[in-house]
Amino acid sequence: MTEILKPDTADQVLDAVKWAVSEATPLDVRGTGTKAGFGRPVQAGRVLDLSNLAGITEYDPGELVLTAGPATPMAEIEQALAEANQELAFEPMDLGALYGNGAGAGTLGGVIAANLSGPRRIKAGAARDHFLGFQAVSGRGEVFKSGGKVMKNVTGFDLSKLMAGSFGTLAVMTQVSVKVLPRPEKTRTVLLMGADDTHAVAALCDALGSSHEVAGAAHLPASVAQRSAVGYVSGAGTAVTAVRVEGPGPSVEHRCKSLRDLFAPFGAVEELHSHNSAAFWREIRDAAPFTGDWQDHQVWRVSVPPTAGPIVGQHLRARLGGEVYYDWGGGLIWFALDARSDAGAADIRRVIRDCGGHATLVRATADVRQAVAVFQPQPGPLADLSKRVKEAFDPEGILNPGRMTAGV
Amino acid sequence: MLMPKPDQGVIDRRAEIIAAMRAIVPGEGVIADDAMLRAFECDGLMAYRQLPLIVVLPETTAQVSEILAYCHDNGVKIVPRGAGTGLSGGALPLADAITLGLSKFNQVLDIDYANRCAVVQPGVTNLGVTKAVEGDGFYYAPDPSSQIACSIGGNIAENSGGVHCLKYGLTTNNVLGVEMVLMDGTVLRLGGKHLDPGGYDLLGVLTGSEGLLGVITEVTVRILKKPETARAVLLGFNSSEEGGDCVAAIINAGIIPGGIEMMDKPAIHATEEFVHAGYPMDVEALLIVELDGPKVEVDYLIERVSEIAKGEGAIYSRISESEEERAAFWSGRKNAFPAVGRISPDYLCMDGTIPRKKLGLVLQRMTEMSDKYGLRVANVFHAGDGNLHPLIMFDANQPGELDRAEEFGADILKLCVEVGGVLSGEHGIGVEKRDLMGEMFTEDDLKQQQRVKCAFDPDHHLNPGKVYPTLHRCAELGRMHISRGQVPFPDIPRF
Repeated sequence: MTEILKPDTADQVLDAVKWAVSEATPLDVRGTGTKAGFGRPVQAGRVLDLSNLAGITEYDPGELVLTAGPATPMAEIEQALAEANQELAFEPMDLGALYGNGAGAGTLGGVIAANLSGPRRIKAGAARDHFLGFQAVSGRGEVFKSGGKVMKNVTGFDLSKLMAGSFGTLAVMTQVSVKVLPRPEKTRTVLLMGADDTHAVAALCDALGSSHEVAGAAHLPASVAQRSAVGYVSGAGTAVTAVRVEGPGPSVEHRCKSLRDLFAPFGAVEELHSHNSAAFWREIRDAAPFTGDWQDHQVWRVSVPPTAGPIVGQHLRARLGGEVYYDWGGGLIWFALDARSDAGAADIRRVIRDCGGHATLVRATADVRQAVAVFQPQPGPLADLSKRVKEAFDPEGILNPGRMTAGV
Repeated sequence: MLMPKPDQGVIDRRAEIIAAMRAIVPGEGVIADDAMLRAFECDGLMAYRQLPLIVVLPETTAQVSEILAYCHDNGVKIVPRGAGTGLSGGALPLADAITLGLSKFNQVLDIDYANRCAVVQPGVTNLGVTKAVEGDGFYYAPDPSSQIACSIGGNIAENSGGVHCLKYGLTTNNVLGVEMVLMDGTVLRLGGKHLDPGGYDLLGVLTGSEGLLGVITEVTVRILKKPETARAVLLGFNSSEEGGDCVAAIINAGIIPGGIEMMDKPAIHATEEFVHAGYPMDVEALLIVELDGPKVEVDYLIERVSEIAKGEGAIYSRISESEEERAAFWSGRKNAFPAVGRISPDYLCMDGTIPRKKLGLVLQRMTEMSDKYGLRVANVFHAGDGNLHPLIMFDANQPGELDRAEEFGADILKLCVEVGGVLSGEHGIGVEKRDLMGEMFTEDDLKQQQRVKCAFDPDHHLNPGKVYPTLHRCAELGRMHISRGQVPFPDIPRF
């Protein structure tokens, strides 16, 4: 069994990494391990378990900044923010159900390391846009920091951006600071019934191109909509297209009305209010349509220009079967297909080649993730530069080797 | 300001370099005449000047690639330059470097409303992006005060902000993709019209890298539909602390205004005397709070903001009742720099960010410093995000005053760091704040940043002498002393 190193302090993290460098022993760096299925399997002699580096160290709601240990559970973060009527505006998805685990078990550091975001990505940005600064131990066994605990900062290179989405392959974060924002006073969702993918995405593009600050824009084909736990959606018996508006009460009512008018030419229109609206967007965020009975299917996230979404969705199903649904106004396609040894990777990447975009395999068994490029392969010069960036932080390949790219 | 010692060998090869550049960029794109080079001797930080070796103004990505490849192979340094409006000296020329101007990259290439983005060349001005799409009701959100002149490529280099970034984000949050050229001539595409490309976020680290990592040749930005309407309210307070408390109270009430600016008394007086914006003259601090969105929302929120301000002790409150009045409210703030320029022969514009709750303390200490140095200071403040712009007034013709002003400025920035803030909120480090980096970062912090530089430009050919106080050779930075098997197993819990 793999030995687990479980540091209690940042100093102990430094000791562990220094030792690993001296022994040339790669480390599998993890918080609570809920996203172990995301990325390629790591071949490492030891696990570096950061779960004791948890807890909120600074949070002053008026400053809109929160600082915490990397392994602080998201449940704890969300509760503290909720008490001050605030939230993480990038709406990080919870991958618990997708990987067959419970909800709320992930950590703040994990959310950042995977650069997770949810439906509000289109308005508020991703984790990388809210990640202000950090302290870390590099793969060289050196303590360093970047960024800060303020919202506006251009002092030196923005290494926070590199850390977000690096899956622990550059450095072991020991403290992170994020921007937080007030929760919207009111939320409503306008539903359009029965539109096909093409018309739905056209309607979503219109909505996103309006001044209504749309904070969620999704489309569920009929077969996906019928699995929703929200009665209005599953009971529709047809495809459901949704936009979310948020803000002060009078504003939300005004925006809702305008969006209903905008949707009217495309088909019948409904509305979801607070509870149902929240439940619906959680489903979209967490890929709920591909959990439960769909646990055996492989799942991809495909990011393309929004207008290319419907064509890509159509081609994916034609070539590989399976089901899709759309978030980000058509720009994010969640795709589930029957498990196969190559996960359909070559076909999927051929489909998006001309429109520009990338495909990430988010759920498959370890042997498939070992064999298939989980993240979009990069053209040679870009891959070379990425490799040099990895070496700038972790020249010995100690931290999560192979998690993102084979051999890096 | 000590710059890297010019390489006499390169200067001696000037004629040969000019010939090589003329072979790549025909016609007037290579500038070697001293009188014409004079126009490029500084950027917006006019206290520092240096004639470049030559200036080259390419027109195509292929030319940029060829120029960089030549310079890479021949050991010639490059200083990239957008519109030259930067305030920290990022585009300050070097005697042994080619200043590479991107001003001829001035075309809007593609406007894609359905995907809410525009593809432009880097020399297009910030306002030029908005101009290209405003006929259809769209705009580009980041709005640095130099937006009429500054280029979008320069905005990326500096990660520029503006008065609306609390709600709409900085440049880094509004750029989707770039085409860029590495120092060895390699052309890369990062991002595009889709979101969050996988792999390391190289676009993220390029943004704000001050021309040290690559040369940008094409940009894809997010465009937004203009809000239906906007209104502003002027709020006056008896102290800056009260003004700061009011900002916190607005945010704590869940309101994120489109813009939220503060001015102290000297700034209020300087601007009012200059543009007659109608500001109250008997308040110690003035807030401009702007709400944007649908009319019903703006009307609702502006009332709430006024109520909150009353509770926080506002002694003056005036809501804009027309577009003209809103513009008048802003005219003072937007002219704050020239207004101070009018009452003082010279001024230094500082740029630090602090935790907002430290505002009172910082202003108090700044008043003490003002007495100590015998120099006046006026403050404008992006109050929503804690970004402070003290304007230090001095007279460069008085012996020693520039030095005193610079010392005063350095003390302010050190104070920003001391209270938990940072050296620069939006103007960048450049040469201006380069030697203060050690106030905020340890040697290891700075070395790790420079290792990233080495991944892009291992020979330090791109914009050397900027941002980092000490230039370490990449070989030295990359060296690692590993004592195999000699570090004891760490004494930490294991299972």
